[in-house]
Order: sequence, then structure tokens, then C-alpha cells
Amino acid sequence: MAPLLLLLPVLPLLGAVLAPVAARRHSHGPALVAGLATGSALALALLLAPGAADGQALGISVPWIPSLGLTLSLRLDGLSLTFALLVLGIGLLVSLYARWYLPADAPRGRFHALMLAFQAAMLGLVLAGDLLWLVLCWELTGLLSFLLIAFEPTQRSARRGAGIALLVTAAGGLALLAGVLLLGQVVGSTDIATLLAAGERIRAHPLHGVIRGLILAGVFTKSAQFPVHAWLPAAMAAPTPVSAYLHSATLVKAGVFLLARLWPVFSAGELWLPLVGGVGLLTFVLGAYVALFKHDLKGLLAYSTISHLGLIVFLLGLGTPLAAAAGLFHALNHAVFKASLFMAAGIIDHATGTRDMRRLRGLFACLPITGSLALVAAGAMAGVPLLNGFLSKEMFFAEALDPPLAAAWPVGLKALLHLLLPAAALLGGVFSVAYSLRFGHDVFFNGPAPAQRCPPHEPSWWMRLPIAALVAVCVLVGVFPQQTVGPLLATASAGMLGRVPELHLSPWQGVTPALFMSAAALALGALVYALRKPLFRWHDQRFPRLRAARLYARLGATLVSRAHRLVAQLGPATLPSSAAWLFATALVAGAAGWWTSTPAPLARAHWQAPLAVDVPSLAAALILAVGVGAMAWRPQRRLGAVLWAGAVGLVVSLSFAHFSAPDLALTQIAVEVITTLLLLAVVVLLPAARAGVDAGISRAAAAAAPGPLLRISIAAAAGLGTGTLAAVVLLRPDRGFTDWLLARAESAAHAGNAVNAILVDLRALDTLGEISVLAMAGLGVHLLLRPGRGSGVRTGADAEAAGTPLLLRMLSLLVLPAALLLCVHLLLRGHQAPGGGFVAGLVIATALVLEQLAWGVPAAPRPRPVTLIGAGLVLAWSVALLPLMLGEALLTRLDWEARLPLLGDVAVASTLLFDTAVLLVVAGTLLAVFRRLLERPGSLGRSVTAPEAAGGEG
Amino acid sequence: MEWLVAGAVGLLVGAGVHLLLKPQVFTMVLGLLLLSYGVNLLVFATGGLVVQEPPLAPLRAGAADALPQALVLTAIVIGLAVTAFALALALWAAARTGSTDVRAGERDEPAGDDRR
Repeated sequence: MAPLLLLLPVLPLLGAVLAPVAARRHSHGPALVAGLATGSALALALLLAPGAADGQALGISVPWIPSLGLTLSLRLDGLSLTFALLVLGIGLLVSLYARWYLPADAPRGRFHALMLAFQAAMLGLVLAGDLLWLVLCWELTGLLSFLLIAFEPTQRSARRGAGIALLVTAAGGLALLAGVLLLGQVVGSTDIATLLAAGERIRAHPLHGVIRGLILAGVFTKSAQFPVHAWLPAAMAAPTPVSAYLHSATLVKAGVFLLARLWPVFSAGELWLPLVGGVGLLTFVLGAYVALFKHDLKGLLAYSTISHLGLIVFLLGLGTPLAAAAGLFHALNHAVFKASLFMAAGIIDHATGTRDMRRLRGLFACLPITGSLALVAAGAMAGVPLLNGFLSKEMFFAEALDPPLAAAWPVGLKALLHLLLPAAALLGGVFSVAYSLRFGHDVFFNGPAPAQRCPPHEPSWWMRLPIAALVAVCVLVGVFPQQTVGPLLATASAGMLGRVPELHLSPWQGVTPALFMSAAALALGALVYALRKPLFRWHDQRFPRLRAARLYARLGATLVSRAHRLVAQLGPATLPSSAAWLFATALVAGAAGWWTSTPAPLARAHWQAPLAVDVPSLAAALILAVGVGAMAWRPQRRLGAVLWAGAVGLVVSLSFAHFSAPDLALTQIAVEVITTLLLLAVVVLLPAARAGVDAGISRAAAAAAPGPLLRISIAAAAGLGTGTLAAVVLLRPDRGFTDWLLARAESAAHAGNAVNAILVDLRALDTLGEISVLAMAGLGVHLLLRPGRGSGVRTGADAEAAGTPLLLRMLSLLVLPAALLLCVHLLLRGHQAPGGGFVAGLVIATALVLEQLAWGVPAAPRPRPVTLIGAGLVLAWSVALLPLMLGEALLTRLDWEARLPLLGDVAVASTLLFDTAVLLVVAGTLLAVFRRLLERPGSLGRSVTAPEAAGGEG
Repeated sequence: MEWLVAGAVGLLVGAGVHLLLKPQVFTMVLGLLLLSYGVNLLVFATGGLVVQEPPLAPLRAGAADALPQALVLTAIVIGLAVTAFALALALWAAARTGSTDVRAGERDEPAGDDRR
């Protein structure tokens, strides 16, 4: 049975993948997929249910990242089963509702995909057997709810609401993660079963308070408790099915779920009642109060949700098993009636085009069935007898009348609380009744409907079916609680507490103080509603701007504008000034490292005797100095600077050759040739430099470049620093690794060329990354310099007219075959002697570019350079991944030996294929770059075919 | 000899940084070129200066260090690709602003598009 558990979150996930595909077949395909995925998951959950009853738990755990102690662990006990059924049951009804709610042009595929993905994350959360896994799913629910709230991204309120929700819940999620990590440190595991058994140890630990605070921060933000409740009303910008699902039944219950999950661990701790119960009760009263004054139907429901969440948190905060079970009961009841009320609000919105209760009136005449259903649900919300809300609310009143206050508290405080708690509970109850009455009376009665909005008509009965189903549950649970919800509640409390507390589930509890409180709340609530007009006036005068979202927005705007001002003080950010900051920072960091390193870098004790200087080296250094000097002195003379750059590169490659690095020397020379070609091709195309403001530079930006003095000081410090560093490194060489590597190149890689062995075998993974960077640069240039419309490419006639020196054409005819041979030679010998894919690629690319310069750029080259890049990457990854299929590690070297006709025994190593891939990427990248440079009008190159053929080629 | 190489590294890096701090885009690319020469030499220098002992077969203890050589080899090729990309960016920007000054088209205000 247990492996089936894994399937439970996977089914909706599968649906999420299929929903957008189904949208292409039929506009209601996604809804069908959603219904099927949710329905089958629900059936599976019911199938697994017997295994989780009677306080037992099904569990499965799969190692995920064992080295970090992370496991993908699922656990189905009574508590998780109850919440999973809630998530799936309401999910099924909402997907049915959304099928009829969404307008014809809505992106239904995206909607159902997101809803199903959210459902999967929610299931992962409630089924988590490991707290870290729970936190991961927690974050996923937050991200997906962000996407769902911002479902219509063109609406500003949707973007704003989504932003607030993400920011608040993600901040809480971070706190939760910190708390869970600390908890894992204390207990040595984040497995939930282990944690539940370690309650004593956790409560005795000095970090207990910190851990509890962090976890509660996560719970309170997710369940929208005061004062971090602002995101929930702002999230009402979401489509109504989203609100019905996320903001009544599931997402906001995630906090309640976690509170219940860890209840056995923390509820016995000190200060649990004031911390959790206090926040819950405050939220209950404030939410109910604010809800009364909301004119938007969904706004009223949002604050009512906040209030009811407060009630549940209060019950869990009391710390007694009975109260906790009552809290679970109310969580279920609230999900049922609130989801139906949201759906009813959606129907009203659809039928009339508004949700403003000041403009809605007398709709009962037009919408009798929706109206009746909504009235029953509103009755459940108010706590009318024989409905489910009444039962759990009466339990709440009973608990508030008799709170389990600690014996150690002062007598006076206890007496005060015995008075204050029931009073607060009653006050909140009164407001609940008042706003429920307002929802029912203002919308459906209160005079005849405005003529221009009538007749709004009843929607399809499919759309009312989910509401009817939920309302039926309200009534059935209200009348026959023991027979309907009794077993489920017993299972849930058994899963949460480990035992079943004696809940008296009966519609008639006898004449108790709680009954009087219920009656008083109903009567006083009706009175408050009757007095609403003077009350609204008073409220509007006293608290005209009491809105948490507005406070939040102001706080955010202040922070952003402060940040802008701070940045503005640094002056405009131009590239030279940013570069100056960058280099200055690097210098400071380098200097700090220099002064703190031990032994002191300049301690001569470890220095070796330097090599003697010979005359050729001195001469080369002189050329280098002159070249660098010329470039630094007059960089604006571009052609001269390019030539000097070539000379400097030549000296660098000579020094590589001199100091036993033949591979580097080869590569550097090849790169030098092609860099010079590149620079020359660009010099021709780049407009001449113009100075100052006339070049379209604003005055402030012009002033924001480092002056000559600053430039020279930064440059001098950088040169001095790196020069000294080079000297110290050179005079104190460390060969700790060298000889081991050389031995390894020969023994493991069968290579005569240690550099090539590192590149294609020992550290081939690095090379894989490097050729990816090359490919990205090549593709970047390819896209960046794509010829625009009208810019045209030179025609063949131009090429004929312009003419290329005959000598160059003839020379290129000779160069190309020679270069091809050299390329193959370099590639094949690379593993044993200087050479390899990098150099070979450079050589062939140079030859091809030379040919294009002489004969013109082909408009449609075969193969296209981009194809070469792609082929190289595919080949490299194939070579990398092939060993995985043979059970070896990534990039393991493979050898083939075969006897071929004529050639005899042939041995091929996978490293050669890898080097070929490097060749392809290098050559492809360079050809792509030069193609773009040479095909531009005014370039060195000449195109050989008509512009329309060339323009279409991408 | 070590001092000579170190001097070359310092000269290349210093000149490179100097050119990179100027606002002309082609000058900056030249600076990038010099800076990468200098840094490549610096990385190469971590293996020490060894004359006539390349890391080729027969591989002997005492041969030049192959690791910095491998690092520098890829760095050279990637440096080429980065130069090409920088030049393409320069061309792209010049086509839009008509200028080779990297400050052209900069706004006076710091970027902040969230003030609706």
C-alpha cells in the first residue's frame, strides 16, 4: 500500500502537465483533465484511508540527498489524511465550478495547470513525513499561489496582490526554514515521527523559544494572523475559483496544519497560550470587526476568513487536546462553508457585474436557488443552530469560558482573563453574526433589485452543483454530526494527538453557558446589523484609512524611494565609473588578503634562486613594453593599436614556448592571428570616435567617468599589485600537485600530452562548461548582429566590382587544403603531442575566414556555423553521457578497438570524439562571428549572392 | 628572469586597467585584451618557470606544471570569444546610439522603472 502513497501527489502533477496539452484539443479539455486527476487522487486517498485510521500511519521514504540527510518521505496518518481529503474534495468541486466560471477567452490550460500544480504541492505538504520536505512544499505553494493571484497579469491589483502575498509568505517561509533547521540540529533529525517523540527534549532545550518563535512566524504569515494578515485581502484580486480554493480551504489552512502537526511538541511549552491563543483571539475579533465594514463581497469574505483562522489558531493555542480537536473541527467546517460562499460571490459577480454591496440589492427574486444556498452557508458562518458552524463555534465559546490557565499565574490576572476571554469571544461572535447577516440581507433582500441590472439570471446548474454539495455537507454535519464527521474527526485527532479526545458531537448539547453565549451572539449580532447605518458613519469618521495593505504599500514605497535616493547620491552609473568602483573594490580586497596572509608574502626565506636573464628574453620584453606603451598612449589610433596588440600577443606566445608550454604557444599564436582579423574587421565597421556632449552623451553622464589622475592611480596600483603577486608566486613555486598530476596523465589517461589529458579526460567536465561558454558567445554574436530589415547584404555584383587582390585569392586556394590537413593532424596527435581540438578548431576557422575574405561570404553556407556549434555540443554531451548508460561515471573514458578492412587494427578513444566536439564548437563559434561581421554593409567581406536569399537566412 | 615576467604581468595588467577605465568602447576592448594577456601570464606563473621540460611524453618528475597550462589554454580561447562578443556589443550599440562612447544613451536618473 505504502508505495501508492507516492502516486497521490504525482497524479495532480501529471494533470498539471497534461492540462495545457488538453487545451489544444478542446477548450474544456483542461477542466476534464483536472477533474479526472483530482478525482482519481481522491479515490486513491479513500482507498488508502483504512491504513491511516485508528492512530496508525502509512509511511514511505526514499533517499533524496543522503549526504545532507534529506529524504523524500511521505506519511499518511489521520491528520494528513483529513487534510488530503479536504484538499482533494474541495479541489474537485472547484475544478467543476471553474469549468463554468472562466470566460471563453481565458487561458484555461494555464489556469488548471497551475491549480493542479498547487494541489500537488499542497498534498506534498500535508503528506510530508519530513519537515524539510514540508518546508519545500510550503514554498512551492507560496510560489504557485503567486502565479494564481497574478493570473491576469495585466491588472495592476492582481500584480500588487500577488507581490504582497509572495513577499509576506516567503518571509514567513524563511523564518520557518530557519526554525526547522534549528529543530533538526537539536533533535538530530527532521523526520516528523522522530520529532513528535522528542517533545520533552525539545522543550527542555535552551533554543526552544527561538525555534518556536521562528516556526510560529511561518504559521502566522501563512494563516494570515494579525498583524501579518494584509496579504489575504490583497490576494482577493485572484479569480474567484482561486480564492474559493486557496484562500478559504487550502493555502491558508497550511499554517493551521503545521500548527496541528507540531502541536504535541510545542503546546505543552511555556507561554504557548498567550503567544498562540492571544494572537488567535485578537485576529478573531479584529477580523470580524473589519469584515463588517467591507463593501466588497470578497473583501468581507477575506476578513471573515482571517477571523475564522484566528478562531482556529486560538483553539489550538489553548493547549488542551479537547480544544485542539475542536479547532480541527472548525477548520473543516470553515473550509466547507467558506468555499461555497466564495463560489456564490462569484455567481453574483457574474450575474450582476459587481461585488459592491452598496450596489447590490434584492437579488433573491432573480437568483432564488443561489440565494437559498448562500443564505444557508452564511447561516453556518454566523453559527446558526443545526448547521455545522454552530457546533464548532459553541465548542469555541465553551473553551473561552473555561480557559486552561496555568496555576502559577497571579490570581488577579486569572480572574481578569476569565472575564476578558469570554467577552472577546462574544464580541467577535457578535460581529460574525452581523457580517453574515449583511452578506445575506444586503445582497438578496434590502429592497427591490436595481432595474438596470435585472434580470440577472441563474447560471447553469452545473455551476451551482458544487455549492449545493458543500451546503448539503453543512446541513448534514449540523444535524447528524456523530454519524457524518465523527469518524473523520476521530481519525484526524488520533493522528494529531495520538489519542481520541471525548468530543460530544451532537446538535443539542443541553442548556449550557455556551448555548447562552451563542444565543446572545445571534441576538446582539442582529442588533448591530440593524444599527449598521450610524455604525458605518462612526467607523468612517474614526478610521477612514484603516487598511493594512495601504500601510504595507506605503512602507514598500518608502523603502524603494530611499534606495533610489541613495543610488542617486553615487551619481549616474556609467560603465567607466562602475568599472572604477569594481577595480577599486578588487584592489582593497586584494590588499586585505596580502596583509593578512601568513607567512608574509615578501618573506625571502622561502624564495628560490631566480633564473638568469638572457638577451633574447630582454629583447622580447622590450618589444612588449613598447607595444603596451603605444597602445596605452594612443588607443584612438585604432589600426596602429591593433598591430601593436598582435606584437604583444606574439611576445606572450613566445614566452609560453620558452617556458615549456608548447600547447599554449600554439594556441596563443592561432588566437593572435584570428584576434587581429577580428579587430580589423570591426575597425572598418565601427564609426569614428567623437568626443564629449555632441556624441549624444548627457552632461551628467559625461562627468561621471574617472579623470586621468584617478585612472592612472587605479591602473598603477593594479599593475603593481599583480606584478608583485606574480613575482612572489614565481619565486616561491609549489609543486605539491604537479608530479602527481603528471603521473596520473600517463597512467590513467594513457596520454603523452598532460595538458590535453587534463582538458579532455581528467577535467573534461570543466572543458564541457568552457565550450558551452564559447557556444553562448557565438550564438550571442549571431543573434546580436542579425541583419535588420533594409540593412541589406552586399550583392555579388559589388564583390566583382570591388575585386580582391589576385594574390590573396590564389593564396587562399593553397591555404585551405593545407589548413585542413594541419587541422586533422593537430587533432589526431593532440593526446600525445602539442595540438588538440582547441588549436585545430582555430586553424580551420582561420583558413575558412581567409577564404571568405578572398572570395566573399556565402549567403547560405553549408553547414551553417550555428549547426556546427550545435553538433559540437551534442557530440560533447553524448560522449559525456554515454558512460552513464554503461554504468560508469559521467565522462569516463571509453576505448574501442576494431579490425577494419585495409586499415587493420584501429583503436579509438572517446576522448578523441570529445576533442572533435571541442573543435566543432570552436570553429563554429568563430565562423558564426565572422559571418556576421563580414556580411555587414561596409565590411571587409563580400557577399556572393542576392540580398533576399541572404536576408532570410538566420 | 622571474622579475622580468613579473614586470610584464604588471605592465600588461596596469595598461589593461587603464584602458578599461576609458569611455571609448574600442579602447576598452584593447584594455580587455591586454588585461587577459596579463592575467593569463599570472595564472601560468603559478606553475613556476621551467625551461625545456614540457609536460609531454616521456613524462618526468620535474616537467612543467600542466594544470596552469590547461587552465590558461581554455582561458585564451574563451578570451577570444569574450573579445568577439564585446566587439559585437560595441557594433550593436554604435548602430543604435551612433556613438562609440559607452556613456551615450545613459540616463541621468538611476534606473528605477517601478514608480508608477
